[in-house]
Amino acid sequence: MTIKKISLLIFSTAISFYDFSQNNDLNITGNIESQFQYLNEDTLIGANEPAEKALLNSYMNVFITKGNFKAGARFESYLPRIQGYPNRFDGTGIGMRYIGYENKFVDVTIGSFYEQFGSGIALRAYEDRALGYDNLLDGFRLKLNLYKGITLKGVYGKQRLSFQNGQIVHAEGIVRGFDTEFPLNEFIGFLKNKKLNIVLGTSLVSKYQADDNETFILPENVGLYGGRVKLRYGKFTLDGEYVMKDNDPSADNVYIYNPGHAAIANFGYTKKGFGLLISAKSVDNMSFRSDRTKALQDVFINYLPAMNKTHSYNLVASLYPYATQPLGEVAFQAEIVYTLPKEKNWGKKLGGKYGTSINANISNAYRPMQHKTTQYEVDSNRVTYSAKPFDLSDSLYWRDINVSITRKMNKKLNFILSYYNISINNDVAKITGDAKGIIHSNIAILETGYKFNAKHSIRTELQTLFTEKDKGNWATAVVEYNFGSHLFLGIMDQYNYGNPNEKLQIHYIIGTVGYVKESTRLTFSYGRQRAGLFCVGGVCRFVPASNGLTFSFTQSF
Amino acid sequence: MKTLFFGILFLAISTQFSAQETHTENVKHLPSVKLKDMEGNDINTAELGVKGPIIFSFWATWCAPCKRELNTIHEVYQDWVEETGVTLVAVSIDDEKTKNSVPVYVNGKAWDYMVLMDSNADFKRAMGVNNVPHTFLVDTEGNIVYSHNSYSPGDEDLLHQELLKLVKKSN
Repeated sequence: MTIKKISLLIFSTAISFYDFSQNNDLNITGNIESQFQYLNEDTLIGANEPAEKALLNSYMNVFITKGNFKAGARFESYLPRIQGYPNRFDGTGIGMRYIGYENKFVDVTIGSFYEQFGSGIALRAYEDRALGYDNLLDGFRLKLNLYKGITLKGVYGKQRLSFQNGQIVHAEGIVRGFDTEFPLNEFIGFLKNKKLNIVLGTSLVSKYQADDNETFILPENVGLYGGRVKLRYGKFTLDGEYVMKDNDPSADNVYIYNPGHAAIANFGYTKKGFGLLISAKSVDNMSFRSDRTKALQDVFINYLPAMNKTHSYNLVASLYPYATQPLGEVAFQAEIVYTLPKEKNWGKKLGGKYGTSINANISNAYRPMQHKTTQYEVDSNRVTYSAKPFDLSDSLYWRDINVSITRKMNKKLNFILSYYNISINNDVAKITGDAKGIIHSNIAILETGYKFNAKHSIRTELQTLFTEKDKGNWATAVVEYNFGSHLFLGIMDQYNYGNPNEKLQIHYIIGTVGYVKESTRLTFSYGRQRAGLFCVGGVCRFVPASNGLTFSFTQSF
Repeated sequence: MKTLFFGILFLAISTQFSAQETHTENVKHLPSVKLKDMEGNDINTAELGVKGPIIFSFWATWCAPCKRELNTIHEVYQDWVEETGVTLVAVSIDDEKTKNSVPVYVNGKAWDYMVLMDSNADFKRAMGVNNVPHTFLVDTEGNIVYSHNSYSPGDEDLLHQELLKLVKKSN
């Protein structure tokens, strides 16, 4: 269907709804974001000046609902795209659009939609504007709320691969999915009002892509199937999901015919003032894309969440981040948050007047065991090894041990003290060209907040990173001053004082002025930005070094 | 594409008129999106079943200013509830990677808020949220009367003033 046809449909449906259902309010929501860069050349840090000098990304979402009817669209514009965005994004046009109908029993969407089955390891169509990541499905979705909480979902569509000349470019393959969820307590008599709560779910996803390979006979239809269970008993929760995938030769796995699997389990115990989480994950040969020839973050049908904490301090978040290895890993994580009680404990007020809390987190990931099935490199079926869930080797991919203590001293002053010990295997999860093997780093951070009065406050961060590999030691200082709730000034200096190359022992200084009024936000920043990975929720994109002015504008409505 | 543009333009204009007909003020309504709470129960954002005004605060476990805002409000939240009958709904936009840490953090910090999980950003999109933290104040009719993006110390006082204004108006 062409965009013209769809827009006509939206147009005519909108009019008809406007005419005939006056009793339901028409509601419009959405948002606008625009980012402008004016960049200079800076040979020292490897920043280029683009031929156009100025770059501009803009988009606007509009969502309309009226009674049971809904429609929405996103206009996007890249003139040209800002640095670090997929370089094929260009032009101005519509990057997402849908119409739909929803009542208590059905929810139908035609056009673009985002969706997730279970924990996403079977299917996740998702967007993150900041990353330029968008693997929406374009097609048809039907959700049914059948009986006492039983839900069925069916999706059928093609994924968005790119945005060229102002138009969506779809991936080659078609994605079909079916998902069910059964909250057992709702409809099984003896479980009703019991302390034990059980929810079951199943997923089935299949993709079709024509076989255009000259060397191999490739499976054109590849299936993925799995189930999940969620148990809750009082303060305890236990959930797990397991999915299997048929053989799916692709550029990622170098066209082997192995099956794949992914398994996730989480155990939680929480009560007021205390929370504990223990998680485990096993992944083997699970790259699942709607185009088998694609790489990087393109057209993933499913999502394999990295099992580690998402950090927010600059040196921790952007130098050595880790994303799941889709070809295989076994990972574990444990996290504790504990707030010391404010009242007396062992004769002392340990928590202080305002309470103190401690957050500790450990995560690690290992290479899975791959047992050879044949003395040759591949067997006659091009299956190269056999793998079992949670069968791990001692080859480390990632380890992160971190502790953070938050303490409010009085109404004006508060501290957060954090320590991180991070090891990343740069041969597997490659993040730098300047090191081999495992990079070990130690990071300490002190954040201080001071509120002068209702209008004025200051916040500082002192960060230091020690490593013997890669670019050596770093120190970062951040100062942020807030004038009332509208205006803020910030300055950040990242100093690579330990770079083995003395010429590169430089300061990356960036200053920011921001103005916020209700749902409008304007920020100007000027300075040097080092090259690095920019990650949100375990999805990362590489951002090249830059030197110049960035202006950004956001508005919600 | 032109057609779509004019279609939306037309819709936008017609809303302006219809909004003025039906409301005294030109405000937007709370969208209805189906989410889960921390226990996995289905919750419709437009049918929360609470009395009194609602504060929606979009946050994530990896967002430092969000946590600063919600931890600050936490200290005065009981006073606000007694004063105005408000319910604060902390909408977590943590996705699968960090979603399981949400109950750990919320209970570890002893928050009393209602917490909703927006793991695939459906509600975030519907509310037009660009980035977190973003806070909305909603009256008992479901009208969004105030919203604020980002957090700096002192913003909680502004929110409190808006909340008092709203309660005063409806009395």
